Amino acid sequence: MQTLDQERTSAPPKQIEDLSLLGEVSHRTAGVSRLEMCIQCGCCGGSCPSEADMDHTPRMLFAMLRAGMRHAALMSNTPWICVSCYHCVVRCPQNVHIADVMYTLKSMAIEAKLYQDSTAPDFSQTFVDMVEEFGRSFELGLATRHYLKHFPLRLPNMAPMGIGMLSKQRMNITPTRIKGIAQLKAVLKRAKEVEAAS
Amino acid sequence: MTQHGGTSPKLALSESKGEERIGVYVCHCGTNIAGVVDVQEVAEWAAAQLEHRGVVIGREYKFMCSSLGQELIEKDIKELELTRVVVAACSPHLHEHTFRTACKNAGLNPYLCELVSIREQVSWVHTDKAAATAKAKAVVSGGVERVIRHAPLEPLRVPIHPDTLVVGGGIAGIQSALEIADAGYHVYLVEREPSIGGHMAQFDKTFPTLDCSACILTPKMVQVGTHPNVTLLTWSEVEKVDGFVGNFTVTVRKKARKVIEDLCTGCGICQEKCPKKVIDDVYEAGLGYRKAVYTPFPQAVPKYPVMDVENCTYFEKGTCKACEKFCPTNAIDFKQQDEILTLQVGNIVLATGYDLFDARRVTNYGYGRLPNVFTSLEFERLSNAAGPTNGNIVLRDGKTTPKAVGIVHCVGSRDRNFNNYCSVICCMQGLKFAHLVHERTGAIVYNFYIDMRTAYKAYDEFYQRVLEEGTLFVRGKVAEITDVPRRPDEDGHLIVQVEDTLAGKQRRIPVDMVILSTGLQPRYDAKETAKRFGLSCSSDGWFIEKHPKLDPISTMTEGIYIAGCVQGPKDIPSSVAQGAAAAARVLGKIQQKEISIEPVRASVNQDQCSGCRICNNLCPYNAISFDEDRGVSLVNAALCQGCGTCVAACPAGAISGTAFSNDQILSQIEGLLLLNIDEPVTA
Amino acid sequence: MNKYILYPGCSMESSARAYYDSLKAITDIIGLNLQEIEDWNCCGATEYLGIKLTPAYALISRNLALAAQQADGTRTVVAPCSACYLNLAKADYYMQEQPVLGQHVNEALAAGGLSYKPGSLDIRHLLDVLVYDVGLDTIKSKVVRPLTGLRVAPYLGCMVPRPDYEHRWSDYEYPVELDRLLNALGADVIEFPLKTECCGGHMTQISPDTAFELIRRLVSAADEHQADLMATLCPMCQMNLDAYQSETNKFFHTSYRMPVIFFTQLMGLAFGLEAKDLGFGLELVSARNALAKIGIEHPAEIPTGTARPKKDGSLPMPAPLPRRNMHTEKGKVVK
Repeated sequence: MQTLDQERTSAPPKQIEDLSLLGEVSHRTAGVSRLEMCIQCGCCGGSCPSEADMDHTPRMLFAMLRAGMRHAALMSNTPWICVSCYHCVVRCPQNVHIADVMYTLKSMAIEAKLYQDSTAPDFSQTFVDMVEEFGRSFELGLATRHYLKHFPLRLPNMAPMGIGMLSKQRMNITPTRIKGIAQLKAVLKRAKEVEAAS
Repeated sequence: MTQHGGTSPKLALSESKGEERIGVYVCHCGTNIAGVVDVQEVAEWAAAQLEHRGVVIGREYKFMCSSLGQELIEKDIKELELTRVVVAACSPHLHEHTFRTACKNAGLNPYLCELVSIREQVSWVHTDKAAATAKAKAVVSGGVERVIRHAPLEPLRVPIHPDTLVVGGGIAGIQSALEIADAGYHVYLVEREPSIGGHMAQFDKTFPTLDCSACILTPKMVQVGTHPNVTLLTWSEVEKVDGFVGNFTVTVRKKARKVIEDLCTGCGICQEKCPKKVIDDVYEAGLGYRKAVYTPFPQAVPKYPVMDVENCTYFEKGTCKACEKFCPTNAIDFKQQDEILTLQVGNIVLATGYDLFDARRVTNYGYGRLPNVFTSLEFERLSNAAGPTNGNIVLRDGKTTPKAVGIVHCVGSRDRNFNNYCSVICCMQGLKFAHLVHERTGAIVYNFYIDMRTAYKAYDEFYQRVLEEGTLFVRGKVAEITDVPRRPDEDGHLIVQVEDTLAGKQRRIPVDMVILSTGLQPRYDAKETAKRFGLSCSSDGWFIEKHPKLDPISTMTEGIYIAGCVQGPKDIPSSVAQGAAAAARVLGKIQQKEISIEPVRASVNQDQCSGCRICNNLCPYNAISFDEDRGVSLVNAALCQGCGTCVAACPAGAISGTAFSNDQILSQIEGLLLLNIDEPVTA
Repeated sequence: MNKYILYPGCSMESSARAYYDSLKAITDIIGLNLQEIEDWNCCGATEYLGIKLTPAYALISRNLALAAQQADGTRTVVAPCSACYLNLAKADYYMQEQPVLGQHVNEALAAGGLSYKPGSLDIRHLLDVLVYDVGLDTIKSKVVRPLTGLRVAPYLGCMVPRPDYEHRWSDYEYPVELDRLLNALGADVIEFPLKTECCGGHMTQISPDTAFELIRRLVSAADEHQADLMATLCPMCQMNLDAYQSETNKFFHTSYRMPVIFFTQLMGLAFGLEAKDLGFGLELVSARNALAKIGIEHPAEIPTGTARPKKDGSLPMPAPLPRRNMHTEKGKVVK
């Protein structure tokens, strides 16, 4: 696990006080994020079921956003460890859209190519690639490709599970493609253009 | 012109051509107004452009409300023979009285002065200086048109009834009643529970000095109960309030105790013999039992018990009457009925207190599901020597002493999912609990807080003391309390899961008992109470004071005062201070014997009134009644506050307000639109 | 017959086939007319939202646009998968909260000749429709084989009760709808404290150790409460708890065998349908032993609270809080 000290040495000193960061994250988040309303109570970090594996609690990450620590914040594994359980969201006394802020931070980290471990970004990207290609998710293709790349040593362990899923026909051998795939592709293409322009 | 304190008031004098001679005074309010509005331009413009409307002088001055500013107006009234005055300054809420008095001192009827706001409605809400200046001119122009149509008015005089009603027998109400009674005036103290004492009677110790709550409260309760100037009406509720300052008529329902007070000696045999045990949700906070006939606690004032008809076996099944059989003085009366009393009072103090936030709503804290999670009031009873465990701090099994206790702050407070406000007392309450647990059990104590708020005298010293005693503080809002273990050391415990924000890590802390420092909230029926007394509540439900800083115990309804938690969360010292302050205001009113009230009133033209009664329910002051015989609505002039709601609502145009007539309002609008001058100004 | 637009989602056709099969088997019995959205696409699960905002919401909204076109007198979209339910609901809600997002999404949809007006559909989860529209009385009336004696741990996971933009559920943390439905089937419903805790979500793919710990917490708690099986309503939860249970056992050297079954499968059983028609057997941790119990045990009494003083000197507990939104006798949603 990375500590703040290690980050201080790895982060370019110039970027430490980027006070536009909080606003940028808030702006890029769906809905009204209310990120600036955080009172640092830690109810999010206390609620989080996967906090043990996070570099920073969500609260600390928000403090880093406030302090303009762009590099350190985007490098944090916290958004990637978020399981989207929404416990923090419903408990937050300030109604900050915490889970959606995590999605924003992931997309910003991918854009800036700032992450320590590519497992999670790769998984998301592979998933999205398949959806963009077929219009549906394709679990077998996804799981095999992903496990081969990131957890090859775990594959033998996983094999019985995979075989079980296949033999019970709970994973399709071939992907399904929607009829309107051309329409979907056009929609997504335009969406990316709109996103780039905004 | 005369020099005033180094600043030379600018003068733009011109001859009046109208019938009235009007002076226009534009205030800088330091930079509050002058920072945005070109005040000199406004004054000069008024003198020049509104000359044909009667303006004979336009002046600007740094602080019109200062003595020098007032003298300036007074001098002009005399020397220039002004017949009307327009002051363009702050909101009339603040200085209308000041300038009216200045006019009066100079011999002008005070209602011929009009204060228009160019601060709240202009300089504070605009940044464009040219546009703000243009708007200020329009506002002044409106004021000039309106003041031309003002008529001299005389204030109404009403006598003050010397008796006072205090509603709520908690510490704030008790204090208020005692102050007034000691001054020699009669007080009716109405309390809906069987005894006075309020929440304070439930507490064991009081922070920060740890005085025994009962020891300092019960002497005051006895004093009120025996005071010759106090009529104590417990087990009673106010049903209706009519009238106005100095002359309220109050209807009180005195609920049937089923016990004849004249015969009862308070011996307690009836409750001893009563076979029916009921969970006491009020006094024991649900943690103990009482009988169906009961006094809530031994030091109750008055000493007479009440019968809980809903739970009494006789009323349920038609047999029992054990209390009646054993009562040595035949004081039990199953047939006793509610009494309706009508009281005449001059002033009212509302001290109806608070309810505890319902901790069951925070489902992740498990109150109501996990037995050893307690609320603050439950803990007060648990630690109280007169409570259900004789002061032994034990788990809900009634016997086990906890070895580790977690105290959770901000439960239901500072949380947009529940109440957004800080409940003020919870930090100190949490510290007090920590001390008591430590002292009585030797347990490890954790305090979980977001921010430690220990403002006021000797409070932070108490925090220091609790730190010294070894209480462990964790800065973090508790996320959840669970009994599902993840590790062997968590087995059989409650686990408090929290981010220790100062350490930056999530912690799971096993404890045996959790105390929720539960917040305060308005009484469940606060809105109905407010309506009954013609007051308003904030969006949170606390009663609104006349001014949050300078008049925290008055309300917008004259003659009705608020004290204690009804106005917002507060601790005992503040509640007592407010109770005494309200009493001082009441005594001031009583000693005036009669008071003058604003003559700004609505009146109904009875020839035009169609009797539709639309205005009857709209009136926020219950000032409009319906005359069934004549089929018309009538405005009670003393009750009316001149708000104008009925004037606007009347479909027949039958209601007009003194100082708010249609003519005055429409002229003011014409003035605002600058229809009174040939060349409109441009921004 | 109540008519609804159905958004099944990808899992229903593969890993959660048991869910879809059992749902199809019971719809006629309870009078539910579900019309699948023509040519729907994947909602993006929890992945697309973390890549790019507008495309993610456009992907979701194509389904909303198609559903609105197909609406024909109804405005309710039913999603049985919790991630799909949340994504559809979230898109609809945020496009209203932040109109510029709705504008961007509609610009994108226009490229495919589509449009969607945020707020024009009601997005609801299957359980919500079953409990509040169909009603527990109707469901109860169809039970011919009560699940008496079957100890069931109700498990909802995260994304159905939270964040609950439209306040459709009785509670974020301890909702009672699934409990009450299983009760109506005659099952012995466990007061399961972890009923809305996380199953690990996509962590089985990207940080398996994290996921295994979350799976362990749930399975061990269900085991601790002596559950015969866990009843769920989420394909992801079912997949993680069922398919990864043996990996979790290996990781922690434990030996749990906790079947994880969709609640619709249990409804089918209670309605007297054959287990084989309800997708039983597709689960990796077999429910055979659990099923064998049905009808064999005596009915267990559900203990009720008492207000009488306790003899053991213990202190009374507060009464339970009246839940918000709890349905009326007729099964209407109270807003």
